[in-house]
Amino acid sequence: MVILWTDALIFILMAIIVGLAFYMRSQEHIKRPLKQIGRSRIGMVSLVVLVFFVLIGLLDSVHFKAGGNKTNEIVSLLDYWATPLRERGEKTYSAPFAVTLYSKEMMTLADGSTHWDYPRLEFGGSHLDDPENQRLDDILQKGLYGFAQGAGLVAFFMFLSWGMLAEQHKRLIRSPAATAVWAVAFVIVSVSYALVYLSGYYHVLGTDKVGEDVFYQAVKSIRTGLVIGTLTTLIMLPMAVVFGILAGFFRGWVDDVIQYVYTTLNSIPGVLLIAASILMVQVYMANHEENFTSVVVRADMRLLFLCLILGVTSWTGLCRLLRAETLKLREMEYVQAARALGVKQGTILLRHILPNVMHIVLISVVLDFSSLVLAEAVLSYINIGVDPTTYSWGNMINGARLEMAREPIVWWSLTAAFVFMFALVLAANLFADVVQAAFDPRRAGND
Amino acid sequence: MIHYIIRRFLYAFPLLMGVNILTFVLFFIINSPDDMARMQLGQKHVTEQAVENWKQQRGYDLPLLWNADAPQQEKITQTIFYQKSVGLFLFRFGVSDSGRNIGADIQERMWPSLAVAVPTLIVGLLVNICFALMMVLFRNSYLEHTGIVLCVILMSVSSLFYIIGGQFFIAKLLRLVPISGYDDGISAIKFLILPVLIGVFSGIGSGVRWYRTLFLEEVEKDYVRTARAKGLSETQTLFRHVLRNAMIPILTGVVVVLPLLFMGSLIMESFFSIPGLGSYTIDAINSQDFAIVRAMVFLGSVLYVIGLLLTDISYTLVDPRVRLS
Repeated sequence: MVILWTDALIFILMAIIVGLAFYMRSQEHIKRPLKQIGRSRIGMVSLVVLVFFVLIGLLDSVHFKAGGNKTNEIVSLLDYWATPLRERGEKTYSAPFAVTLYSKEMMTLADGSTHWDYPRLEFGGSHLDDPENQRLDDILQKGLYGFAQGAGLVAFFMFLSWGMLAEQHKRLIRSPAATAVWAVAFVIVSVSYALVYLSGYYHVLGTDKVGEDVFYQAVKSIRTGLVIGTLTTLIMLPMAVVFGILAGFFRGWVDDVIQYVYTTLNSIPGVLLIAASILMVQVYMANHEENFTSVVVRADMRLLFLCLILGVTSWTGLCRLLRAETLKLREMEYVQAARALGVKQGTILLRHILPNVMHIVLISVVLDFSSLVLAEAVLSYINIGVDPTTYSWGNMINGARLEMAREPIVWWSLTAAFVFMFALVLAANLFADVVQAAFDPRRAGND
Repeated sequence: MIHYIIRRFLYAFPLLMGVNILTFVLFFIINSPDDMARMQLGQKHVTEQAVENWKQQRGYDLPLLWNADAPQQEKITQTIFYQKSVGLFLFRFGVSDSGRNIGADIQERMWPSLAVAVPTLIVGLLVNICFALMMVLFRNSYLEHTGIVLCVILMSVSSLFYIIGGQFFIAKLLRLVPISGYDDGISAIKFLILPVLIGVFSGIGSGVRWYRTLFLEEVEKDYVRTARAKGLSETQTLFRHVLRNAMIPILTGVVVVLPLLFMGSLIMESFFSIPGLGSYTIDAINSQDFAIVRAMVFLGSVLYVIGLLLTDISYTLVDPRVRLS
């Protein structure tokens, strides 16, 4: 078992989320917005999609050394399960579900004559004898088989939960939100089952320039997207919360200093600050090669640095919001009363101010997530994002961009990146909307 | 009021000092010029002599903050900090690591950037406000609900896909405009149509949502109810009262970004190979030209600070409440 830096932080984050969930269950005033989210069909459906992505990301975050301790290759649990996908490379581009390469090649036949044609793929559809006639049937058959397996699995759990919960929670199960959740879970699990089953025989989304499976790349990119979206927040939250509350509560010179710091940071254009910092990290890494022996470790460090830098550039917005809110709160009667009763300042901050700004924190965390995932793609395009060896949607787009000029065009890498990214960001955006509607006191009760 | 503006103006200096010191720390202290030289010359097989030459050619061979060997005044002036960082305040950008004059480059490349950014801003603003007004006018109808859903969907697509898709469908398949490139003078228009169009389109999702919330906030206020009660039609209230009052946040939001238009858009310019400041910056990042990146960081923050100043001033001009207090 190897624990990379980002892995460790992800698991810390998960622990925090679980802890928060338990804490929130016991808080009466948080139950109402939570119930509102629970009743919202869009909210629950997007939550299911997000959870699905997070599960894949978590699988991809358990790293260990492949083949005992002898080799230096670090793989994740997801890599381990997808070993066939990882190792079955082709020579170069091939279309989704193709059995031949994308470009013609000179081939030598058994009788010594040469022949100009599309060569068969080494792995994709290699079990077929007569691909032209069998392929479609085979794909349909295998796809249906996988789909049925997935559907069976969901149906099993559906009946199980129905049987166990039907009596006590009849209303819960029959609510429109629950039906939607089951429907979406059914579709996601069945389709991904079918895709996974098919990917054992075909390259479901084709292969890229060096013959790597695009489906595998797209799935691996999920973790990168999630890491950037969540760890950046984890890094910037303490700074934003502490500084924002202190500035608003103490005012005076504390406020001046903190305002100065965040205005200065804000005045540097974000992309340029990130670019400058990443350039510096590159120089540092190039000059300290001995510390970054493995490619995975190196890429991981760069990912962490990127999160760190994004965190430094993005905490200012939240900090400003929190400062404004604290300025308002400190004049509230209950805070004044606490002060008059001689409660210590630290206690006032922790017990009266902090819980009452938490909804702002929560809303901005959820809102930031999707913009961070989108930012990653843009940054990778300018070469100041994640390491080129890391799988990420930005790198996929970057690699496939020039192939749009090819005739006929290579569309599958872009499409795969687009679909995966769109699904994640759309789910995050919809969920953010629902969370905002539920937790924002100004909008509470309106809908 | 003049008092207030002068105070805001003076406040800008410590900010720029902060930016300057931050970039200095980032570029010269975290990684020494030696590291940069090795990076540029290739990691392995670099002789000390080559590193020294590289540093001397670019003026990086001075001490960082204090030159003990130099006579008198030059103890301070003959240092990297004075030569490379303080000069930025006077807009002396110096020469890039590849030997070009950065100041001249910036002046030349500013115009193409503006040619893309200004139309994008104006058209985008008009389009966004129109859609937002329409959604507010037909609020609580199917039109609004579809509008909101569409906005979220548009927001969830990465800007890269808008550019790639636009280039592919409009320029490559339909052949309406050239895929990329730039020309001087009036013939630049045919190169600018597509970037502007895509720039506007990719901003619609978040823009319309933002303006919609602004308008909705105004619509619920008392004076709007009064206007309606006195018998004005919905369109009249919207255009006469709501739009005019919502102009304050819209205007100040626009004023902030005005100076930054000079910087251009990084991805847009590099996709369409427009020779503006955005692609200049990207080229500098890719060729690891630290002098240019440093100059652009400083220029960007100067423009941002100017934007803040303009916002303050425009607030005092537009909103009488600020002027009086």
